[in-house]
Amino acid sequence: MNIAVPRMPGPGREGQPGANATGGPTRGQISIRNVTKIYDPEGVNVMAVDNCSMEIAAGEVCMIVGPSGCGKTTLLNAIAGFHSITSGEIYLDGELLCGPGKPKAEQGADRIVVFQHGALFPWMTLAENVAYGPMVQGKLRKREAIEKAFHMLAEAGLGDFGGKYPGEVSSGMARRTEIVRALINNPKVLLLDEPYRAMDALTKSIMHESLLEVYDRTKVTIFFITHDLDEAIFLGDRVHVVTTRPCKLKKTVDVTLSRPRNYQALSSEEFRLLVEEINGAVHEEAIKAFQSGEREMA
Amino acid sequence: MATMATPGSGTTPASDLPTRLRTKPTGFALFWHQTKTSLASPTPYLTAFGIFLWFFTYWLLCEGLQLPRFVKIPGPVTIFSEWFSMNPTQGISIFTAEYYHHIAVSCRRIAIAFFLATAIGVPLGLLMGWSKKFHDYSFPILETLRPIPILAWVPLAILMFKGYETPVIFLATLASLFVTTLNTMLGVQSIDEAYFRAAGCLGAKKWDVFRHVVVPGALPYIFTGLQISIGVAWFSLVAAEMVSGDFGLGYLILSSYVNGVTVPMVIGMLTLGFVGWFTSIIVRMIGNRLMQWHVRALALQGR
Repeated sequence: MNIAVPRMPGPGREGQPGANATGGPTRGQISIRNVTKIYDPEGVNVMAVDNCSMEIAAGEVCMIVGPSGCGKTTLLNAIAGFHSITSGEIYLDGELLCGPGKPKAEQGADRIVVFQHGALFPWMTLAENVAYGPMVQGKLRKREAIEKAFHMLAEAGLGDFGGKYPGEVSSGMARRTEIVRALINNPKVLLLDEPYRAMDALTKSIMHESLLEVYDRTKVTIFFITHDLDEAIFLGDRVHVVTTRPCKLKKTVDVTLSRPRNYQALSSEEFRLLVEEINGAVHEEAIKAFQSGEREMA
Repeated sequence: MATMATPGSGTTPASDLPTRLRTKPTGFALFWHQTKTSLASPTPYLTAFGIFLWFFTYWLLCEGLQLPRFVKIPGPVTIFSEWFSMNPTQGISIFTAEYYHHIAVSCRRIAIAFFLATAIGVPLGLLMGWSKKFHDYSFPILETLRPIPILAWVPLAILMFKGYETPVIFLATLASLFVTTLNTMLGVQSIDEAYFRAAGCLGAKKWDVFRHVVVPGALPYIFTGLQISIGVAWFSLVAAEMVSGDFGLGYLILSSYVNGVTVPMVIGMLTLGFVGWFTSIIVRMIGNRLMQWHVRALALQGR
């Protein structure tokens, strides 16, 4: 990834784990090789993912675009360790996550999921939520973890809300907190499953900038599932369009927009050309998904 | 990005916050605000009028019009003059030690039964909701025992336990145990799968998930269950005291009827209502204290 524009002075700091001295991220490389997933509900085989392969470089923002319920989430669930795969292999930094003889990856704090509807624990304050990872892994004691959580929340502009419960803050703040809750664990990969799906366009744009800012600062690998093409191009380094169920790679496009990006990129000519290039493929799949009339799997 | 409110720009100064967050009344100011709001709303007046209407109808039927079937029933004037009398003609008033003894005995039984039912029912329900295997073992048995009315257990209870105390407590415990267990189980089953996954992602082990997800996640259901269960404990207690007992409000009601004194009977009933209501309030208060997150979220929805 080439950074054509010099970095804007900002909250980014040197020495952040995940970015080495030369600026190239070194961790969070994912290879998905020939992954197939067949569900077997009620004795009828349903193929959710069909022989899907992709390489995600360390520090890449990888966007998966496809119609709702096409099996994208299945792929994410396999990486996260929520579901098993039927065949194929998935590697993270050269280590086998799941594959032959090990159909289901172990869950771990190196791959953290941000969920579609948000999964902050409603019974913990924002700070307790953020502190939960290091605390439960025994890395930090409760007090230290809470202190660090408040610090990181303040960095994300949420300093005044650490003592609030998720039910008391806006969905945008909750989602931002969820990303902080992931980052505190210094994960190799962030797995985002349509995290901004239920948000209005204005909140969404704030969320996008916030995520871009986080990415510029940490260079964490991001695996992002969406059905919103604009979102995919705006955030991603590379956009993979996948087919409707079973999920297969249909088209891959490298996004050449320079980083750091801001909302002005959305109205650039380059952006428009990218949309034009990808739109046809996405639309085709949308029509197929609509005609198949299958109920979305969540 | 400079033109927009940037994330990561540090804490927001307090003056930029909405007023609601800056000044939140506490202590007396809060109490005063709540009293004012409450008096401005129709609620207290409607409640007062409702109570008046209820008593007036009661009085009209029994003492005002003296309708044929209602003549034998003590009216409100008779009840209250007896209830607050220094020298009750039928033996029970707020100035007799016996009255408090009945209340104390019943309350003690309820306390023991409710404690036992909660101590057994909540862990049982948590396990049943959490472990599929345990659920498969135990659910059919629970479902078979649950519909058996508590009165049907009375003979068995008397055969199984000695004295007056244990059978009565057993019956009250049994009744509330089913409610507590079932609600707790449903509570665990109602927890969104995403919370389990999130906990797993963040490195929680099985026991951590139990402590940090299963228990707090089921808490709202558990407390709804406990509120029902304390009510159930009261009515099964009274039923049990009527059959087998030496003291207690249930015993007071039945023995008054047997002895043909109707006023203490109604006093017993009303007392039961008030004490039962009071215990239910206590359970709710404990629940609200343990579930600040739930209370605050509901408050924001205006509930």
